[in-house]
Amino acid sequence: MIKIEKRNDVPMALYFFTPFIAIILTILGGGIIFYILGFNPIEALKFYFITPISNLYGFSELLLKATPLCLIAIGLSFCFKSNNWNIGAEGQLTFGAIVGGGVALIFYNQEGFYILPLVILAGAIGGMIFALIPAILKTYFNTNEILVSLMLVYVSKLLLDYLVVGPWSNPEGFNFPETRQFSDSSRMPLLFEGLRIHAGIFLALAAVMLSWFILYKTYLGFQIKVSGLSLKTAKYAGFKGKTMILVVFMISGACAGLAGVGEITGPIGQLHRMISPDYGFTAIIVAFLGRLNPFGIIFASLVVALTYLGAETAQIFLQIPKYTGQVFQGMILFFLLASDYLLFFKVKILSLKKNDLRH
Amino acid sequence: MYKNFFKYLISAIFLLGFSVNSNADFKVGFVYVGPTGDHGWTFQHHEGRNAVEAAGIKTTFVESVPEGADAERVIRQLAQSGHDLIFTTSFGYMDPTNKVAKDFPNVKFEHATGYKREHSNVSTYSARFYEGRTLLGHIAGKMTKTNTIGYIASFPIPEVIRGINAMTLAAQKVNPNIKTKIVWVFTWYDPGKEAEAAQALIDQGADIIMQHTDSTAPVQTAEKAGVWSFGQASDMQRFAPKSILTSIIDDWAPYYVERAIAARDGTWKQQDTWHGLKEGMVAMGPYNSAMGADLVKEVEQLQKDLASGKVHSFTGPIYDQKGNILVAEGKVADDGMLAGMSVYVKGVEGDIPK
Repeated sequence: MIKIEKRNDVPMALYFFTPFIAIILTILGGGIIFYILGFNPIEALKFYFITPISNLYGFSELLLKATPLCLIAIGLSFCFKSNNWNIGAEGQLTFGAIVGGGVALIFYNQEGFYILPLVILAGAIGGMIFALIPAILKTYFNTNEILVSLMLVYVSKLLLDYLVVGPWSNPEGFNFPETRQFSDSSRMPLLFEGLRIHAGIFLALAAVMLSWFILYKTYLGFQIKVSGLSLKTAKYAGFKGKTMILVVFMISGACAGLAGVGEITGPIGQLHRMISPDYGFTAIIVAFLGRLNPFGIIFASLVVALTYLGAETAQIFLQIPKYTGQVFQGMILFFLLASDYLLFFKVKILSLKKNDLRH
Repeated sequence: MYKNFFKYLISAIFLLGFSVNSNADFKVGFVYVGPTGDHGWTFQHHEGRNAVEAAGIKTTFVESVPEGADAERVIRQLAQSGHDLIFTTSFGYMDPTNKVAKDFPNVKFEHATGYKREHSNVSTYSARFYEGRTLLGHIAGKMTKTNTIGYIASFPIPEVIRGINAMTLAAQKVNPNIKTKIVWVFTWYDPGKEAEAAQALIDQGADIIMQHTDSTAPVQTAEKAGVWSFGQASDMQRFAPKSILTSIIDDWAPYYVERAIAARDGTWKQQDTWHGLKEGMVAMGPYNSAMGADLVKEVEQLQKDLASGKVHSFTGPIYDQKGNILVAEGKVADDGMLAGMSVYVKGVEGDIPK
């Protein structure tokens, strides 16, 4: 007979160590998959995890890819820590990009140092407003925020489709579904000649510092953590639950909006239909892999970004199907959840005795 | 001063690391927008790659590369890892291709369906798919009972509008009562949406379904509903053996082999290619026997005439929806007009989405 018991004392050190176990298990699992597919697992893993970042360009691309993931995951950590399940970061990213991109288009062909900050601000506000929809519906109408935020992803994507096909499409672009290329004054400055890494990375780092400060040094952070641990306690302590829900959603939306605006003013340079390869969803994995801890999230965003780059490199050099990248991301989450389960619960195998059978 | 020094240092390291790209062994890279198993657009480019491989040239491909920020990295990685010729096979790769081409003057780039050739090492190529549409139009005009042709369109870009117009003109020639109904799905590949669009058109009385999208969902929907359909990009006959009358096949293989050999032998030059039935870049799938021997003969003759240039898909008089003349009697539309086509011809229903 198998009995599952809750563990009472889970050491903190072990709690932060399990993500590493999950990553090691993922690498082992990946090696086995490569072996089954007929590739040399050591060589395949080398192309997957080492080759992509073995030079300066590769490393800068890793940072570029990790930037939006980190930003979104930081935002999501506020929601998840306080038991608010915002699954729609992808939609908030898209809406932020729409608003920010709209401002960039207003200032098309104009110069001014104030344009880029305006564009970035607009993106953050856009994401914030879009995240407020599920938050308000949750606080005042008791709707389920998972469903609402998820469904709003499609709303924002369709809105983007409409805008780039119709009113915002490039007048010289033969009706192709894309806007004009933004002017230089609304593009993120590049950090190095020849590399695509841009000033957006500082937004991500600022978000990390700020979130650490809010979560661990302010009353709001305390409220968030208590609500996450026990909603009843939070109510009993007299916390204003509604305001807090609105605030965490706004923070989360603003971060996603910033990620979106960073992509369109950074490497992409215009609005079109493919501004994000589902960063908003992948960031959920990042948030949990990083244990909802600001510094953990930096680490997790780098690991997950590497699975994207590795999938490309492995296909270029070994012709391993690119979808293994998604398999790796899936495996990381699976192993993390599995080891968490074993961390928080004991599995006891009890031997059957005659006495037990009598009942 | 220091800032500049740092800049140059970085650039120098960067260039040193990646300029090791000699003529040791010649390799061709391909960037695909979809999976190789989409049985449409990417599938056909992959077939072209197989032909290059069969010609004894080493190739590499990367599939399902999003047309966003990732494309540039993939193209650059191919250029860095010793590929001498790189085919980027979707419109959305236009800017990234030109950007990478600037940094790798010794690597040749071929971009499908685009119009920007900003550097001397970038060529563009596309196919005159509209010639195939003319054949479909002729068949559709003869086969329809309801005089309604359903057309599933992706994006209102010139290529798609050209196809709609070419088909409608050819259909009108054999059947003046023809109507073309269009559903815009705003995607190149979404089986669910495409199937819904096909069903909507069938419900509106279309007994011929035509698609400018890449999945096999429309032909399968047509097969179920018992109406006619045409395959797109590849020979889709086995997905709807009763319903498919023929398919327009994009045959990139001869072009890819020719360009790969030219690049290997050092005779590659920048060009803008627009090949059609004549060169074989547009080919037709087997004709359904339900068309009857006479119609098949007619269509085969028309195919020959289009290939030889005796017949042009856009021969005047051509009128727009309001009745204004677009191409005068006895004239044919020139390539400039075709490349920028953005109005429907008379007989097409509805407006182009704006």
